[in-house]
Amino acid sequence: MSAVKEGFKNLTRGIMKENPVFRLVLGTCPTLAVTTSAENGIGMGIAATVVLIGSNAVISLLRKVIPDKVRIPAFITIIAGFVTIVQMLLKAYLPAIDKQLGIYIPLIVVNCIILARAEMFASKNGVFMSILDAIGMGIGFTLALLTLGTIREVLGNGTWFGMDISGGVFEPVLIMVLPPGGFLAFGFVLAAINKFSALKVEHKGCASCPMPCGASGKDGEVQM
Amino acid sequence: MDGYKLMVIVIGALLVKNFVLSQFLGICPFLGVSKKLSTALGMGGAVIFVMTIASGVTRLVYDYLLVPFGLGYLDTIAFILVIAALVQLVEVILKRFVPPLYKALGIYLPLITTNCAVLGVALLNIKEGYNLLESMVYGFSGGLGFTLGLVLFAGVRERMEYCDIPKAFEGLPIALIAAALVSISFFGFQGLMGI
Repeated sequence: MSAVKEGFKNLTRGIMKENPVFRLVLGTCPTLAVTTSAENGIGMGIAATVVLIGSNAVISLLRKVIPDKVRIPAFITIIAGFVTIVQMLLKAYLPAIDKQLGIYIPLIVVNCIILARAEMFASKNGVFMSILDAIGMGIGFTLALLTLGTIREVLGNGTWFGMDISGGVFEPVLIMVLPPGGFLAFGFVLAAINKFSALKVEHKGCASCPMPCGASGKDGEVQM
Repeated sequence: MDGYKLMVIVIGALLVKNFVLSQFLGICPFLGVSKKLSTALGMGGAVIFVMTIASGVTRLVYDYLLVPFGLGYLDTIAFILVIAALVQLVEVILKRFVPPLYKALGIYLPLITTNCAVLGVALLNIKEGYNLLESMVYGFSGGLGFTLGLVLFAGVRERMEYCDIPKAFEGLPIALIAAALVSISFFGFQGLMGI
């Protein structure tokens, strides 16, 4: 029974308790860039989920083969391979989404979430658990993007998935679908989560990310 | 050389389509190292340096290595590996030959391998079809734009340290809202090029 329980825990962890966007604050670049509409948010979320599942599975399989010293470059190469696959699939079957997301699809390579899961989970656990973890994290990421995309699309454009829902009650605020709106919506959502969640949210930001990007210092500051 | 086109590239990357504030490239370091003005400047310098060189090298790799063999679709994999190797190389060379510059930028160099602005600029160069010189100019001015955004934002954040902020907004939320305001101010440049 405990294996089932553990699997369930791995699956659900990414959705609420360790939501990659709202709790760990990882992968902020695509979060802000593509959430101009709910549809884009879902597209990006699913693309990243597919990459995450593939890379977690392969890295977990190869975890005993990859030498410890070159693991990060090896992980990045595997992730880049899956990103290229997803990119080509999107180009072939969903050209509209591909055009909307543009450069942010190849940039999934440097999305902290994927490397963080590879380093923290897939390189230490079996294939099955790693895939469950990837699915959970992917759903969490997708839900977060959908939330932000919905807020921005409804407020900024008066539509949801392209359907007009403003009903003439309010005038859409264009700024919400423009870049400043991304920062604004994300800031307010994080504040709301802080306010209403029973748990104290600890924004680890990039500190929980093994990648050597900007803020891996202790208090979100580069160690001098 | 078409000076006008280069000028348009510089203004575009610096102000109109600023890398951090309107294209959302490099948000992690933007939020991470913007607490102090001095670290923001150091990080900015390192990013300018690496983005300029990376733009040139990835352009050459794409034109002379990937395209002749029909491997254009492997650009993402090739670029991320080139950038990772390049950053290491730059670090070693600077350490050996230009110690003062290494001292100023050294600690920031390993941090920017995975800065999405660096991979972003390499991919945008290909997408826009810039030649070698234009790519390097775009990389340089993109880095400069990143630094400008970072330094302005660090100034705002330093002032914010002394403000009384609602508890729920402490930390990241208020920083994001401040970033929104800085981003709005850059929006004023939008009319500059009629884009």
